[in-house]
Amino acid sequence: MTALTERDVIATSGARAGRAGTDARGGRKRRRGIGGAITRWVGIAIVAVYCLAPFYWMLVSSFRTTNDIFSTSLLPTTWSLESYAQVFSGSNDFGRSLLNSLIVAGTTTILALVLGIFAAYAIARLKFRFKTAILAVIIATSMFPGIAVVVPLLRLFTDIGWINTYQAMIVPSLSFAIPLAVWNLTTFMKQLPHDLEQAAMIDGCTKWQAFTRILLPLAAPGVFTTAILTFIHSWNEFIIALSMANDPAIQTATVAISKFTGASDFQAPFGAQMAAGVVVTIPLMIVVLIFQRRIVDGLTAGATK
Amino acid sequence: MTTTIASQAAPPPPADLPRKKRKEDRAPREGGLASLLLSPTFVVLLLVILYPLLSALYQSLFAAESGLDADGFVVEGESFVGLGNYLDIFAGAESGRFYNALWNTTFFTFVTVGLETVIGVAFAVAMNRAFRGRAFLRAAILIPWAIPTAVSGLLWRWIFQSNGIANDLLNTQILWTAEGFAAQAAVFIAEIWKTAPFIGLLVLAGMQLIPEEVYEAAKLDGANAWKQFVSITLPLVRPALLVAVLFRLLDALRMFDLPFVLIGPRKTSVETLSILAWDESNQLQYGAASAFAIILLVYVAVIAFVFIRVLGADVIGDADARAEKKAARAQKKAARAEKESAR
Repeated sequence: MTALTERDVIATSGARAGRAGTDARGGRKRRRGIGGAITRWVGIAIVAVYCLAPFYWMLVSSFRTTNDIFSTSLLPTTWSLESYAQVFSGSNDFGRSLLNSLIVAGTTTILALVLGIFAAYAIARLKFRFKTAILAVIIATSMFPGIAVVVPLLRLFTDIGWINTYQAMIVPSLSFAIPLAVWNLTTFMKQLPHDLEQAAMIDGCTKWQAFTRILLPLAAPGVFTTAILTFIHSWNEFIIALSMANDPAIQTATVAISKFTGASDFQAPFGAQMAAGVVVTIPLMIVVLIFQRRIVDGLTAGATK
Repeated sequence: MTTTIASQAAPPPPADLPRKKRKEDRAPREGGLASLLLSPTFVVLLLVILYPLLSALYQSLFAAESGLDADGFVVEGESFVGLGNYLDIFAGAESGRFYNALWNTTFFTFVTVGLETVIGVAFAVAMNRAFRGRAFLRAAILIPWAIPTAVSGLLWRWIFQSNGIANDLLNTQILWTAEGFAAQAAVFIAEIWKTAPFIGLLVLAGMQLIPEEVYEAAKLDGANAWKQFVSITLPLVRPALLVAVLFRLLDALRMFDLPFVLIGPRKTSVETLSILAWDESNQLQYGAASAFAIILLVYVAVIAFVFIRVLGADVIGDADARAEKKAARAQKKAARAEKESAR
């Protein structure tokens, strides 16, 4: 068990060291026959096609012309940015929705992180009673179905005139963002060696200084990972934004896409929807590709510890 | 000098006393700091969880009314109906819609999570072997997860168009996004596509913690690949798998975005409890909507309880804490025994 925690610490504080460990294991595995190699590559191919084919279809469709949209060729016959132009013009005005998403998801993430850091520090590093119960309560709240939060808050926000405001979307979003942040940060902070702060305090730091100067910088990768995960969750949020805003000027991107209207009422504007889908997904994808190791660490931290 | 003598004369040696006191003090003092640090989180959770919960419970006892009074004026208001909303839901005119939504929710949850688990574990096995393409695979797997559910709903709606790519590839003319079993199948496929890789990821993480030596020993004993999988991999990966499946179950039970965007609201074959509650609140039937939300909440809680208590999913690292406590207790006992034997 100690060996595991050590490896986890290495993996979080210096990703490269962790990777070297896996490579060593890989080396041992590579000594298999040709049959093994074929199965392996077939496996990779299946997984990759499964995950990427639908996204590929969205990407390709977004570059087709309106006339060509129902073509099922693997590549567009004529490449066109028509759909993208449609997304950002006229009644759709998607740029505004992207900004709204950024404001809502960004604020939610920052608030959840600030509160989450304090709570996680307490749970991971301090000794007090009912700790397990408190952590259990926080995790239990994350299992709350969104609709159970939305219905009563919708009523409340209608009464106090909060409908079509950012706070009406940010406050309910905290119901899933805070438990997520606390849980993730707790796992990260638990992995840091336990006598760090004590050593700092012996050297004359106050508890607060030990926290801000020693622990927080060390936990920074964990904080960063948690920020990415929380942001992605909030960015993808749908039911709260759908219920709390009906004014297109304040709608978030996910809701706006689902309400796109086309030239005629009978035909859903698929080209524009696919283009908007690509626009919403690309920033996430870049983040995912750059920080994939961190994200996987964050996602699996809870499951494996 | 005198103080030393005086203190030595005192019955409990004071040199010992401050240290002992400090040790006893430490827990409550950290408790104070802990409650200070935890209180903002709890204040927010009270506002966004406890208040809605209590409000929903209260609201579910009222029903919206609109009718004409004796003078023929339209009266709108709410009246206390006690458990009337719940009675209506379980036995009244609305009950058909409720049982349908309950069945859909249950059916969707168990089918999707079941298939996701099988596919996810298969993916994990494939990835556990693939060491070269590991980084590429991990990135590929994160893409369905990162695409917003609402967007993936649209994506699959596009794929399942009557003259779309799915019908083209399968050479059929199925109306996937209309109603009936085809619509349910479309929801299954889209949901499984999005989340099976995620289960694969969590299970893979669990698999990587299994030491290679275990497999080598099994190989020496002549266990084939399948046997190794069934009697080593599965049992050792069980904790990670249980947590992954629990999370997926709770997430699937509140399914909303995908059927809502892919098929649409008010479609019998894909209406889940979340969509039903949303639809009721959209029509200002807050009482009924709250009752639906409460029923869903209880359903989710029951499933979580079963998973954590009966199957032993260890969500909060309770096993670790318990082991630590046990070790601490054993240490204390040993120390006491030593002390006693020294006497």
